[in-house]
Amino acid sequence: MKAKELADKLGLKVFCGDCECEITGYYVGDLLSWVMGRADEGNCWITIMNNLNVCAVAKLLSFSCVVLCEKVLPDEKLLEKAKAQNITLLGSDDAVFATCKAICDLNC
Amino acid sequence: MSQSNSILWSFDVDGKNFDSAGFASQSTKFKLRQLGLNGDIIKRVAIAMYEGEINMVIHAEGGVANVEVDEDKIIITLTDTGKGIADIEQAMREGFSTATEEIRDLGFGAGMGLPNMKKNSDELIIDSAVGKGTKVTMIFAI
Ligand SMILES: Nc1ncnc2c1ncn2[C@@H]1O[C@H](COP(=O)(O)OP(=O)(O)OP(=O)(O)O)[C@@H](O)[C@H]1O
Ligand SMILES: [Mg+2]
Repeated sequence: MKAKELADKLGLKVFCGDCECEITGYYVGDLLSWVMGRADEGNCWITIMNNLNVCAVAKLLSFSCVVLCEKVLPDEKLLEKAKAQNITLLGSDDAVFATCKAICDLNC
Repeated sequence: MSQSNSILWSFDVDGKNFDSAGFASQSTKFKLRQLGLNGDIIKRVAIAMYEGEINMVIHAEGGVANVEVDEDKIIITLTDTGKGIADIEQAMREGFSTATEEIRDLGFGAGMGLPNMKKNSDELIIDSAVGKGTKVTMIFAI
Protein backbone atom coordinates (compact mmCIF):
# COMPACT_ATOMS: atom_id res chain seq x y z
CA MET A 1 0.00 0.00 0.00
CA LYS A 2 1.10 3.55 -0.59
CA ALA A 3 1.87 5.93 2.27
CA LYS A 4 -1.21 7.89 1.25
CA GLU A 5 -3.50 4.94 1.86
CA LEU A 6 -1.95 4.33 5.27
CA ALA A 7 -2.41 7.97 6.20
CA ASP A 8 -6.04 7.93 5.05
CA LYS A 9 -6.98 4.70 6.75
CA LEU A 10 -5.32 5.53 10.06
CA GLY A 11 -6.18 9.21 10.02
CA LEU A 12 -2.54 10.23 10.21
CA LYS A 13 -1.39 13.81 9.89
CA VAL A 14 0.72 14.54 6.83
CA PHE A 15 3.52 16.91 7.85
CA CYS A 16 5.15 16.77 4.43
CA GLY A 17 5.91 14.59 1.42
CA ASP A 18 3.89 13.33 -1.53
CA CYS A 19 2.83 10.05 0.18
CA GLU A 20 3.36 8.27 -3.13
CA CYS A 21 5.97 5.72 -2.01
CA GLU A 22 4.97 2.09 -1.73
CA ILE A 23 5.32 0.69 1.79
CA THR A 24 7.05 -2.66 1.55
CA GLY A 25 7.46 -3.31 5.27
CA TYR A 26 7.56 -1.71 8.71
CA TYR A 27 10.24 -1.03 11.27
CA VAL A 28 9.92 0.35 14.80
CA GLY A 29 12.76 1.96 16.74
CA ASP A 30 14.30 5.12 18.14
CA LEU A 31 17.98 4.28 18.38
CA LEU A 32 19.32 5.42 15.04
CA SER A 33 22.19 2.99 14.58
CA TRP A 34 19.89 0.15 15.58
CA VAL A 35 17.47 1.24 12.87
CA MET A 36 20.35 1.70 10.41
CA GLY A 37 21.46 -1.85 11.02
CA ARG A 38 18.12 -3.62 10.88
CA ALA A 39 15.56 -1.76 8.78
CA ASP A 40 15.12 -2.28 5.05
CA GLU A 41 14.58 -0.15 2.00
CA GLY A 42 10.91 0.74 1.49
CA ASN A 43 10.08 0.39 5.17
CA CYS A 44 7.64 2.65 6.91
CA TRP A 45 9.62 3.71 9.99
CA ILE A 46 7.65 4.15 13.18
CA THR A 47 9.41 6.23 15.82
CA ILE A 48 9.21 9.02 18.39
CA MET A 49 12.49 10.61 17.27
CA ASN A 50 11.81 14.03 15.78
CA ASN A 51 15.18 15.63 15.09
CA LEU A 52 17.11 16.22 11.91
CA ASN A 53 18.93 12.90 12.08
CA VAL A 54 15.65 11.20 11.18
CA CYS A 55 16.05 12.63 7.67
CA ALA A 56 19.52 11.25 7.18
CA VAL A 57 18.46 7.76 8.24
CA ALA A 58 15.25 7.85 6.18
CA LYS A 59 17.11 9.01 3.10
CA LEU A 60 20.07 6.67 3.43
CA LEU A 61 17.81 3.65 3.84
CA SER A 62 15.28 4.88 1.24
CA PHE A 63 12.32 4.51 3.57
CA SER A 64 8.86 4.89 2.07
CA CYS A 65 7.70 7.11 4.95
CA VAL A 66 8.21 7.94 8.61
CA VAL A 67 5.44 7.94 11.22
CA LEU A 68 6.05 10.05 14.33
CA CYS A 69 3.89 8.67 17.14
CA GLU A 70 2.59 10.04 20.44
CA LYS A 71 1.58 13.39 18.93
CA VAL A 72 5.27 14.17 18.51
CA LEU A 73 5.85 17.04 16.09
CA PRO A 74 8.89 17.18 13.81
CA ASP A 75 11.23 19.87 15.02
CA GLU A 76 11.68 22.84 12.72
CA LYS A 77 14.92 21.68 11.13
CA LEU A 78 13.58 18.20 10.49
CA LEU A 79 10.46 19.52 8.83
CA GLU A 80 12.42 21.89 6.63
CA LYS A 81 14.85 19.19 5.53
CA ALA A 82 12.16 16.55 5.03
CA LYS A 83 10.29 18.98 2.78
CA ALA A 84 13.43 19.71 0.79
CA GLN A 85 14.19 16.02 0.36
CA ASN A 86 10.62 14.96 -0.30
CA ILE A 87 10.50 12.59 2.65
CA THR A 88 6.95 11.63 3.60
CA LEU A 89 6.57 12.48 7.26
CA LEU A 90 3.36 11.40 8.97
CA GLY A 91 2.06 11.86 12.50
CA SER A 92 0.00 9.64 14.77
CA ASP A 93 -1.78 10.77 17.92
CA ASP A 94 -1.47 7.27 19.31
CA ALA A 95 1.35 5.61 21.15
CA VAL A 96 3.74 3.38 19.21
CA PHE A 97 2.03 0.16 20.27
CA ALA A 98 -1.45 1.40 19.37
CA THR A 99 -0.19 2.71 16.02
CA CYS A 100 1.38 -0.65 15.21
CA LYS A 101 -1.79 -2.46 16.25
CA ALA A 102 -3.85 -0.27 13.94
CA ILE A 103 -1.46 -1.09 11.08
CA CYS A 104 -1.68 -4.81 11.84
CA ASP A 105 -5.47 -4.62 11.93
CA LEU A 106 -5.36 -3.08 8.45
CA ASN A 107 -3.14 -5.77 7.06
CA CYS A 108 -4.97 -8.76 8.51
CA MET B 1 45.27 -1.06 -10.81
CA SER B 2 46.65 2.27 -11.85
CA GLN B 3 45.72 5.28 -9.77
CA SER B 4 44.34 7.10 -12.80
CA ASN B 5 41.49 4.63 -13.11
CA SER B 6 40.07 5.47 -9.72
CA ILE B 7 37.50 8.10 -8.92
CA LEU B 8 38.05 10.07 -5.73
CA TRP B 9 36.10 12.54 -3.68
CA SER B 10 36.24 13.83 -0.13
CA PHE B 11 34.32 15.79 2.47
CA ASP B 12 35.15 17.82 5.53
CA VAL B 13 32.95 16.51 8.30
CA ASP B 14 32.11 19.26 10.74
CA GLY B 15 32.43 18.21 14.39
CA LYS B 16 29.49 18.73 16.77
CA ASN B 17 27.36 19.87 13.89
CA PHE B 18 24.39 17.56 13.89
CA ASP B 19 22.66 19.60 11.22
CA SER B 20 25.10 18.66 8.50
CA ALA B 21 25.84 15.17 9.84
CA GLY B 22 25.00 12.62 7.18
CA PHE B 23 25.85 14.93 4.29
CA ALA B 24 28.97 13.03 3.25
CA SER B 25 27.23 9.66 3.24
CA GLN B 26 24.14 10.98 1.48
CA SER B 27 26.23 12.65 -1.21
CA THR B 28 28.27 9.49 -1.60
CA LYS B 29 25.13 7.40 -2.01
CA PHE B 30 24.01 9.78 -4.74
CA LYS B 31 27.35 9.66 -6.55
CA LEU B 32 27.56 5.87 -6.40
CA ARG B 33 24.11 5.71 -7.94
CA GLN B 34 25.27 7.97 -10.75
CA LEU B 35 28.21 5.65 -11.29
CA GLY B 36 25.69 2.86 -11.80
CA LEU B 37 26.75 0.63 -8.92
CA ASN B 38 24.29 -1.96 -7.70
CA GLY B 39 21.77 -1.25 -4.97
CA ASP B 40 23.16 -3.69 -2.43
CA ILE B 41 26.64 -2.21 -2.35
CA ILE B 42 25.27 1.33 -2.31
CA LYS B 43 23.12 0.50 0.71
CA ARG B 44 26.04 -1.09 2.53
CA VAL B 45 28.34 1.85 1.83
CA ALA B 46 25.64 4.34 2.86
CA ILE B 47 25.01 2.64 6.20
CA ALA B 48 28.65 2.08 7.06
CA MET B 49 29.75 5.55 5.99
CA TYR B 50 26.93 7.23 7.91
CA GLU B 51 27.92 5.43 11.09
CA GLY B 52 31.55 6.40 10.62
CA GLU B 53 30.64 9.97 9.77
CA ILE B 54 28.40 10.27 12.83
CA ASN B 55 31.11 8.82 15.05
CA MET B 56 33.48 11.56 13.91
CA VAL B 57 30.83 14.13 14.79
CA ILE B 58 29.85 12.79 18.21
CA HIS B 59 33.07 11.22 19.46
CA ALA B 60 35.73 13.33 17.74
CA GLU B 61 35.78 16.94 16.58
CA GLY B 62 34.90 16.05 13.04
CA GLY B 63 37.38 15.00 10.38
CA VAL B 64 37.78 14.12 6.76
CA ALA B 65 35.93 11.48 4.76
CA ASN B 66 37.61 10.17 1.62
CA VAL B 67 35.98 7.94 -0.95
CA GLU B 68 37.87 6.05 -3.63
CA VAL B 69 36.09 4.01 -6.27
CA ASP B 70 38.26 1.54 -8.17
CA GLU B 71 37.21 -1.01 -10.72
CA ASP B 72 36.96 -3.76 -8.15
CA LYS B 73 36.43 -1.97 -4.83
CA ILE B 74 35.29 1.08 -2.93
CA ILE B 75 37.53 2.38 -0.17
CA ILE B 76 36.18 4.76 2.46
CA THR B 77 38.67 6.42 4.77
CA LEU B 78 37.54 8.46 7.77
CA THR B 79 40.26 10.37 9.54
CA ASP B 80 39.89 12.47 12.66
CA THR B 81 42.17 14.06 15.23
CA GLY B 82 39.80 13.44 18.13
CA LYS B 83 40.28 11.69 21.43
CA GLY B 84 40.98 8.27 19.95
CA ILE B 85 39.77 4.83 21.04
CA ALA B 86 41.58 3.23 23.97
CA ASP B 87 40.28 -0.31 23.54
CA ILE B 88 39.18 -1.09 20.00
CA GLU B 89 37.97 -4.61 20.80
CA GLN B 90 35.67 -3.21 23.47
CA ALA B 91 34.46 -0.42 21.17
CA MET B 92 33.56 -3.02 18.54
CA ARG B 93 31.24 -4.86 20.92
CA GLU B 94 27.50 -4.46 20.28
CA GLY B 95 26.02 -2.19 22.91
CA PHE B 96 29.28 -0.56 24.03
CA SER B 97 29.03 3.21 23.97
CA THR B 98 30.58 6.17 25.73
CA ALA B 99 27.94 8.58 24.37
CA THR B 100 26.72 11.24 26.81
CA GLU B 101 23.09 11.63 27.90
CA GLU B 102 22.77 14.63 25.60
CA ILE B 103 23.94 12.58 22.61
CA ARG B 104 21.65 9.69 23.54
CA ASP B 105 18.68 12.04 23.54
CA LEU B 106 19.39 12.63 19.85
CA GLY B 107 19.02 8.93 19.16
CA PHE B 108 22.68 7.92 19.16
CA GLY B 109 24.53 5.74 21.64
CA ALA B 110 23.09 2.28 21.02
CA GLY B 111 26.64 1.04 20.57
CA MET B 112 25.71 -0.35 17.19
CA GLY B 113 27.65 1.96 14.88
CA LEU B 114 30.93 0.06 14.69
CA PRO B 115 29.16 -3.33 14.52
CA ASN B 116 27.09 -1.96 11.63
CA MET B 117 30.27 -0.80 9.90
CA LYS B 118 31.81 -4.26 10.35
CA LYS B 119 28.69 -6.04 9.14
CA ASN B 120 28.25 -3.89 6.03
CA SER B 121 31.83 -3.66 4.82
CA ASP B 122 34.04 -6.43 3.50
CA GLU B 123 36.98 -5.17 5.50
CA LEU B 124 37.16 -2.75 8.42
CA ILE B 125 40.48 -1.48 9.69
CA ILE B 126 40.65 0.82 12.70
CA ASP B 127 43.84 2.65 13.60
CA SER B 128 43.59 4.74 16.71
CA ALA B 129 45.82 6.46 19.24
CA VAL B 130 44.42 8.00 22.43
CA GLY B 131 44.69 11.77 22.33
CA LYS B 132 45.80 11.73 18.69
CA GLY B 133 42.90 10.48 16.62
CA THR B 134 41.33 7.67 14.70
CA LYS B 135 41.56 6.42 11.14
CA VAL B 136 38.86 4.07 9.95
CA THR B 137 39.26 2.32 6.61
CA MET B 138 36.42 0.36 5.07
CA ILE B 139 36.71 -1.67 1.90
CA PHE B 140 33.79 -2.88 -0.18
CA ALA B 141 34.40 -5.37 -2.98
CA ILE B 142 32.50 -4.50 -6.13
N1 LIG C 1 35.98 8.38 15.72
C1 LIG C 1 35.97 8.03 17.02
N2 LIG C 1 36.72 8.72 17.92
C2 LIG C 1 36.72 8.37 19.23
N3 LIG C 1 35.99 7.38 19.75
C3 LIG C 1 35.22 6.67 18.91
C4 LIG C 1 35.16 6.95 17.51
N4 LIG C 1 34.32 6.06 16.94
C5 LIG C 1 33.87 5.28 17.92
N5 LIG C 1 34.41 5.62 19.12
C6 LIG C 1 34.20 4.94 20.43
O1 LIG C 1 33.66 3.66 20.21
C7 LIG C 1 32.40 3.52 20.88
C8 LIG C 1 31.47 2.61 20.07
O2 LIG C 1 31.15 3.23 18.82
P1 LIG C 1 29.76 2.85 18.11
O3 LIG C 1 29.65 3.65 16.88
O4 LIG C 1 29.70 1.37 17.98
O5 LIG C 1 28.66 3.27 19.18
P2 LIG C 1 28.15 4.73 19.55
O6 LIG C 1 28.62 5.72 18.55
O7 LIG C 1 28.51 5.01 20.96
O8 LIG C 1 26.57 4.55 19.45
P3 LIG C 1 25.72 4.40 18.08
O9 LIG C 1 26.69 4.26 16.96
O10 LIG C 1 24.92 3.15 18.27
O11 LIG C 1 24.88 5.62 17.98
C9 LIG C 1 31.90 4.94 21.05
O12 LIG C 1 30.97 5.08 22.10
C10 LIG C 1 33.21 5.68 21.31
O13 LIG C 1 33.62 5.52 22.65
MG1 LIG D 1 28.36 5.36 16.53
